[in-house]
Order: sequence, then C-alpha cells, then structure tokens
Amino acid sequence: MRRRTLLVIGASGVGALAFTLGLGWWQNRDSLQPGSALLPLPIGKMSFTLTNHRGVTVTPSEWIGRPTMVFFGFTWCPDVCPTTLSDISLWLQDLGPDADRMNIFLVSVDPERDTPQVLADYLSNFDPRITGLTGSLAEIKRAVEVFRATFEKVPREDDYTIDHTAGVFLFRADGRFGGIIDYHEDRRVALPKIQRLLKAAS
Amino acid sequence: MKYLLTALLLSLSATPVLACETVQLGSLEISEAWSRASIGMARPGAFYVTIRNIGATDDALAGIATPVSGKPMLHETVVKDGVASMPHAPAIPVPADSTVQLEPGGYHGMLMGLTQVLKEGETFPVTLTFRDAGDVTVPVAIRGMGAKDAGCVDKKD
Ligand SMILES: [Cu+2]
Repeated sequence: MRRRTLLVIGASGVGALAFTLGLGWWQNRDSLQPGSALLPLPIGKMSFTLTNHRGVTVTPSEWIGRPTMVFFGFTWCPDVCPTTLSDISLWLQDLGPDADRMNIFLVSVDPERDTPQVLADYLSNFDPRITGLTGSLAEIKRAVEVFRATFEKVPREDDYTIDHTAGVFLFRADGRFGGIIDYHEDRRVALPKIQRLLKAAS
Repeated sequence: MKYLLTALLLSLSATPVLACETVQLGSLEISEAWSRASIGMARPGAFYVTIRNIGATDDALAGIATPVSGKPMLHETVVKDGVASMPHAPAIPVPADSTVQLEPGGYHGMLMGLTQVLKEGETFPVTLTFRDAGDVTVPVAIRGMGAKDAGCVDKKD
C-alpha cells in the first residue's frame, strides 16, 4: 500500500527517487548502533540451523512472511536479559493480538547451559509468543555473525558470564532489516517501531 | 496470558509491604529493595535498591551481604557500542543530597551462589555496608521474574 503511494508520487521521477533515497538513508542511520560498521543481513540471506525451546529445528528462511524480532541473551544472565524479556512482554501486551502476526526469538549465546528444556522452563515466565533458540556453538556463531552482533564468554572465578549485543533486531515481513530497539530505549519510541513493521505487513 | 494471571494473583496475596518501607541509617534512607524470583539455585540473582542521601556529606555503598548468596558482589551493567557487560563495581558512590538507584540495566547487587530458591512473594535480608554510615539490614521483596521494579504502591519522588 505504502509502496504504491510512493510509486504514484514517483510520477514526478527524479524528485521521488531523491525522496526514496532520503528515506532509506534516514532509516539506516536510525537503525545503526554506534560503533557497528555493518547492518544485519536480510533474513533471506541468513543461513544457520537452530533448535527452538520445543525441540523443533528452525531455519531463518521460515521467518519470511511475518515481521521478525530477534535478540540475544542467555538464561544465566541476571540483569539485562530478564529486563529485555519483560520489556518485550510488555510491548507484546500493548500490541495485543497484532503481535500474534510476528516471529519473536531469543537466541541463546550460552548453548552450553541453555538446552531447549532449560529455555522452555525459563521462557514459561514470559510472554508465550517469545520462542527460545539454541544449538551448537558453531551454529550460534553463524547466527550471531549474520546479525553483525557479538558475544564473548567472560570467565569469572569458577563461573562465567557472557557479554553480548543487547539491542532487539527488527525485520520486515519480507526479511529486510527494519531497525534496532536499543537497550534502555523508551517504549514510546520502541512501540511505534514495531507497529510500523506490523502495519507494513498487513 | 496464564503467567500474567498467576503473577497478578501472587502479587495480590503476597505482602511486599515490609520491603517497601524506608529504613533509615544516619542521613541515608534505604527503600524499595527487591529481587526477582529464581528458577532453582544455579543461576545468579540480582538485587536492587534505592538509596537516598539527605545529608551534606558523600558516602558510598562498599558491599553487600546476605544469607541467600555465598558470593554477593556489586556490579554495574554497562552497554557500550550496543554490547552489554557487567563489570565489578568496587563501590557505588552515594553523593550528598542525592538519590542513587540500583536498578535493572545499571548498578545491581549480583547474588552468586544462591543458597536458597528465591520465591516470589517472600522476602530475604540484605545487609548494606556503607563506607561512612556503616551497616544496615533491609528486607528485600522477591518479585516475579518479569518484574522491573519493587512494585511499591506509594512510590516516593
Ligand atoms: Cu551482575
């Protein structure tokens, strides 16, 4: 719908092209995290195989057709991850049934401890529309890489913690990157970002 | 939806009143101490609290102790270039005439080596050690895993 409107305006040629480019530039700038040089690949170009918290194999190609929200975390994470999960649960609550038309994934960066069963137990405390993904370390690394995210295991005495990308990645229904909701971003800013994806997909 | 209902029912029947009271230590007012329910004891917990210094001299939170954790520490969550890390905070400054919050995504008490399961609706004690003001023990409300604050009704300032 929106694209058609743009095309109609596009009758004036050059002006519309400039407008479209301008829009693209604005969206990219808006989505870029400071310090990150690259944007995530579109979902259609991603390649990895993970297992969800119900034990089912998942590949990103299955995500196309619905807007997608992805974030990285781990269930041993005491501060950032439960906070992000409750933020997302609150957004989903605000979006209501509209959010049923989205894919929402937590990708574990701690496959050593986060088995599908562990993820299932943990996620039962949050919105049931959030799906946990885990897998071999090699596949997790492939996933992290195509999102241009990072994670690093940090030893801590007889234990370890994991530094990881904290933002929530958004993708349009066709798989194109649709922005990042930064950690600490106000929900008055976060919600419209998701609503825009949903509106474009309806 | 079910988890929401459960959370609602639990929060109605629980008594977080105690933990919402302000505890005074000299010119420090400590309030809204809370933590999240844990799944078992293997994962570390986090402790949050609000400290108000109504005095004219600076102080600092130097450490915490609690029977529920074998290794409690002060941490600060830092998000740099989009990446979250959790360095150890040797002390948390509590400047004169200001309010400092240990809160999600910022300073927090890291409760490693849990000695008991943290159950929603219950409380546990945490002793705060201040550089100058000394020690004070406060009750900590255990809230649901999705909680983002102490859930005190008559929240100050
Ligand atoms: Cu910590």
